[in-house]
Amino acid sequence: MSEQKPIETDVVIIGAGPAGLFAVFELGLLDLKTHLIDILDRPGGQCTELYPEKPIYDIPALPIVTGQELVDHLMAQVKPFSPTFHFGEMAAGLTKLPDGRWKLTTDAGKELIAPVIVIAAGAGSFVPKRPPIPGIDAYEGKSVHYAVRKMEAFRDKHVLVAGGGDSALDWTLNLAPIARSLTLVHHRDGFRAQAHSVNQMRELVAAGKVNFQVASVKALHGADGQLRAATLLGHDKSENQIDVDAFLPFFGLTIKLGPIAEFGLGLNENMIPVDTAKFESEQPGIFGIGDIITYPGKLKLILSGFHEAALMAQAAFHICRPNEKLRFQYTTSSSNLQKKLGVNG
Amino acid sequence: MKIFATDRDGKEIEIEGRDGWTIMEMLREAGLPITAECGGACACATCHVYIDPEWVAKLNPATDMEVDMLDMALAVQPNSRLSCQLTCSEELDGLKVTLAPE
Repeated sequence: MSEQKPIETDVVIIGAGPAGLFAVFELGLLDLKTHLIDILDRPGGQCTELYPEKPIYDIPALPIVTGQELVDHLMAQVKPFSPTFHFGEMAAGLTKLPDGRWKLTTDAGKELIAPVIVIAAGAGSFVPKRPPIPGIDAYEGKSVHYAVRKMEAFRDKHVLVAGGGDSALDWTLNLAPIARSLTLVHHRDGFRAQAHSVNQMRELVAAGKVNFQVASVKALHGADGQLRAATLLGHDKSENQIDVDAFLPFFGLTIKLGPIAEFGLGLNENMIPVDTAKFESEQPGIFGIGDIITYPGKLKLILSGFHEAALMAQAAFHICRPNEKLRFQYTTSSSNLQKKLGVNG
Repeated sequence: MKIFATDRDGKEIEIEGRDGWTIMEMLREAGLPITAECGGACACATCHVYIDPEWVAKLNPATDMEVDMLDMALAVQPNSRLSCQLTCSEELDGLKVTLAPE
C-alpha cells in the first residue's frame, strides 16, 4: 500500500448510522468539519443493513418512516456540510499524539488526525456470519472465503457454496461456468434470493452444471488451510462427502464489536461509559453517542442518539476551537445558521 | 406458564412466561446469550432456536418472512424457528427450546 499523507480534520466519526449522521449536522452548525468511517459500503448502519424496508414509529415528528427513508432524510440534512465518507473501512487503531490530538488508523492503512473522535459505532462492525463448523477458522482466507474478490481464483476448482440469499445464488451462477464443479447447499428447497436467479440456478442443475443439495456442511477436511473435501448432512441425517477446494458460506452479516474494544475506553459490557453532559468517554476528546454508549438511564433509541449528538457537539467545539466563544443559536432565527444550511437568500 | 430453554452448553433453565412477550424477549430477560441484534424485527436471524420435536406442530407456522429470514441463520434444521416471531401464551406452557449455535 502506498504511503498516504494523514488527513487532518476537526472531528472523525466512527460509524455512519443515524447517530453519526446527525452528529455531522450538529457539528456542522458549529463550523466543525467531519470525516466518517464505516465498514459498510453505504450510510445508514443497522437502519439500512438490517431493516431498510421496516417502518420505524418513534422518530419525533415522523409518525412513520422506514429505515432507508430515515437515512435518506439524514443524508439530505447533512448535505450542506459536505462530510467526507470513508466507506468499506474499519477503525483499527487509536493513538494520542504529543500535541494532544488523536490519530485514528483504518484497516486500509489510512490515517486521520483530529482533536475530537466520536464513536457512533452502534453494536460494532458488520462482519460476515461464520458457520459453526469445527475448525473452519483454520481455512479462512486460504480456502474459505466470505466474499469473492477475484473470480479467476476459482477456475477449475471444486467449489462449495452455502446459503439461500442473493449472494449465494449470484456466485453460484457466476462461478459455475469456470469451476471444475459447483455444489450449492441450502437448508431447504426454497430461496429468499431473486426468483430469476433461482430459476437460472435450477436450469444449471437440470443441465448437470450445478449440484444442489438440501443439506448443511457438517465437517471440513484438509490440511494447512487447504480444503480437499466436505461432509454434507442432509435433513434425513444421511451424510455424503464431496471434493471441495474452496468453500463460500453466504449467511449475511452479523455485528461484532471489533477493534474498539482495544481503544482503552474502560468498556462496560462492551459499551463505552460516558458522562451525560458532554457524552465524553474517560479519554478526553473521545466522545460516544448512540447504541455503543452506556450511562444511567440509557435507552437504545435512535432519538437518544440524536440528543447525545447535539450535546456532544457543544463540548467538541470547545476542544476544537479553544479560543472561540460558542454562541447558542436557533436554526429558525439565526441568519448565520441559515447561511450555513444554504437556505438563506 | 413456564418455558424451558437449553443454552449452548446444554444446560436447561426454566423461565416464567409472560403473556404477550416474545420467546426471544424472555430468553434475553433470563440472561441467555441470544444476540437478537435487530431487536425483534425479523431482520437478522440472530435469535434462532430449535423447537423440541413434540412442540413443532403446536406452534403457529412460520410466515413467509420468517422462512426467508431463516435462510440467513446458521445450522438450520427442520425444527428451526426465530424466537422473536413466537409470542408467549397459555398454549405454550411447557414449551422447550434450545439456542442454536452462532
